[in-house]
Amino acid sequence: MERESYVYKTPASKLVQVAAIAAEYRDRPDMLMTVLIRAQKVVPAFSKAVASVIAREMNIPMNQVYSFVTFYAMLSVKPQGKYIVRMCKSAPCHVHGAKEIVEAIEEQLGIRIGETTEDGRFTLEYCPCLGLCEISPAIMINDKAYGNLTPESVKDIIKQYIREDVE
Amino acid sequence: MREVHVLLKNRGKIDPKNAQEYAENGGFEALRKALSMSGAEIIEEVKKSGLRGRGGAGFPTYRKMEFTAGAADPVRYIVCNADEGEPGTNKDRILLSTDPCAIFEGMAIAGLAVGAHVGYIYLRAEYTYIFPVMQAALLHAESLGYLGKNMMGSGYDFEIKFRSGAGAYVCGEETALFESIEGKRGEPRFRPPCPSIHGLFGKPTMLNNVETLANLAPIIKNGAEWYRTLGTEGSPGTKLFTVCGNVVRRGVFEFPMGVNLKDIIYEVCGGIQDGHKLLGVQTGGTSGAIINADQIDMTLDIDSVSASGGRLGCGTILVIDDRNCIVDIVLNNLDFFRGESCGKCTPCREGGQQLYNLVNRIATGHGAIQDLEKIDELAETMRLTALCGLGHSTAVPVQTSIQNFRGAYLKHIDRDYCPVCSEGGGIYR
Repeated sequence: MERESYVYKTPASKLVQVAAIAAEYRDRPDMLMTVLIRAQKVVPAFSKAVASVIAREMNIPMNQVYSFVTFYAMLSVKPQGKYIVRMCKSAPCHVHGAKEIVEAIEEQLGIRIGETTEDGRFTLEYCPCLGLCEISPAIMINDKAYGNLTPESVKDIIKQYIREDVE
Repeated sequence: MREVHVLLKNRGKIDPKNAQEYAENGGFEALRKALSMSGAEIIEEVKKSGLRGRGGAGFPTYRKMEFTAGAADPVRYIVCNADEGEPGTNKDRILLSTDPCAIFEGMAIAGLAVGAHVGYIYLRAEYTYIFPVMQAALLHAESLGYLGKNMMGSGYDFEIKFRSGAGAYVCGEETALFESIEGKRGEPRFRPPCPSIHGLFGKPTMLNNVETLANLAPIIKNGAEWYRTLGTEGSPGTKLFTVCGNVVRRGVFEFPMGVNLKDIIYEVCGGIQDGHKLLGVQTGGTSGAIINADQIDMTLDIDSVSASGGRLGCGTILVIDDRNCIVDIVLNNLDFFRGESCGKCTPCREGGQQLYNLVNRIATGHGAIQDLEKIDELAETMRLTALCGLGHSTAVPVQTSIQNFRGAYLKHIDRDYCPVCSEGGGIYR
């Protein structure tokens, strides 16, 4: 299973873009994080093909790329949605009604936590503390943070993304 | 109770991206002074101030400086730990987003003290949106000649570089953070050698928390004597407290060390929300002790909190009201730890999961009284044998809650009705 989800098609044009980013840091293994974070703006997840291009251009072993990607929660080898909705599940959000927020998002998107919508636009997942504890319960959608949520307000926020009403 | 703003003095008052405004508010004066001092003099001043690390461990800052300054290798690094992963704390986010120049200045002073010319700021991925602010502030400060090459015409270069994490709590551990900057999995290293001899890229390195570095400029500028007028004998200075959970007013507050926990909850934060009653408080984040409502008359400084079995840690105060169940909260804590264990050492990787299983059994009404002993034994094993702080502290909330809320555990073991756990409990089940 795990292996299968690692091998899927990445468009050649995207591979070229990733290669250009990785080539800037040839023989700089310490810049792997920088490369991956920049590459993540081009491809949402690191398929075998993407990892192999990065490894070749940076001149590092491919298993280093794979072991690195699988270690960090915000890097993924599996295909991800265009928008990744991260729900904080740590104690400060937990005591502030995180459960109701999750249920509202699940209802709105029609998926359960850990799943991606069929159209590939939304992934919903739990994550540990987002550091927004004074405005819990909180979520992040890609790089944007939202706090002081209620089941109603979070639905409005998700609606903006569904309509692509975001910059 | 009035707040004392030493670290938060610029919060909301200056444009964080504008280094000129920072300078006009007294910024970079400490750095100018430090440039006329020798490294040993800076360390001596920090030693006299009694500053202790604000990231959690409370280690005397001057000793880290001495070790690094005394290392044989001339190439040294300063690392700012902005991987603020402890659930319940967001003080560093406030510092970095409202006053980034204060952190840069602190790093430059630390660089002068130990003879380093390069500093890294490792920012957690959850705070990516702060990068543009920090980058703009640094560029501005460099263009005005305060930082970077030939700082203020002194001939001393100090370069600051930004690095990002990608979602790993364990990278807040200093050697794991080094590994991550080096482009590897963030797994802690075995010690010795310690980071002041063999740290980032194998070079002597001093790593400090964001808040610790923010303290350096006020100390150098106003002197150690002034600094000691704040706080207590054992923990001088002010501390940022992140108060979260079920209180009326949540937020980041700055008080001198030694304030009373009860006063913070009831006077500063307006007590418990919606007229509910206090159930317990977790200080120091998820890896801290959980105390009950009768124990909150407590002095908050590094030593007194440690004496009560917990730790001040990063200054988190999580207030839990009577709509919650302590066993459920502990289960939430353990779910966090079992997910964040890096897996390098067995006590933490397996122990965290087993602790979760044991507490889960109790929460779901399948536990026995013997399980409490098993938990204790396992906790002790982890404390003695785990590789890093993550494994050492996993059991702290479990053990302290069993001590302070024994009745709650017995209730679950007796299979009495619990409005939280019996109704499906935690959000992740």
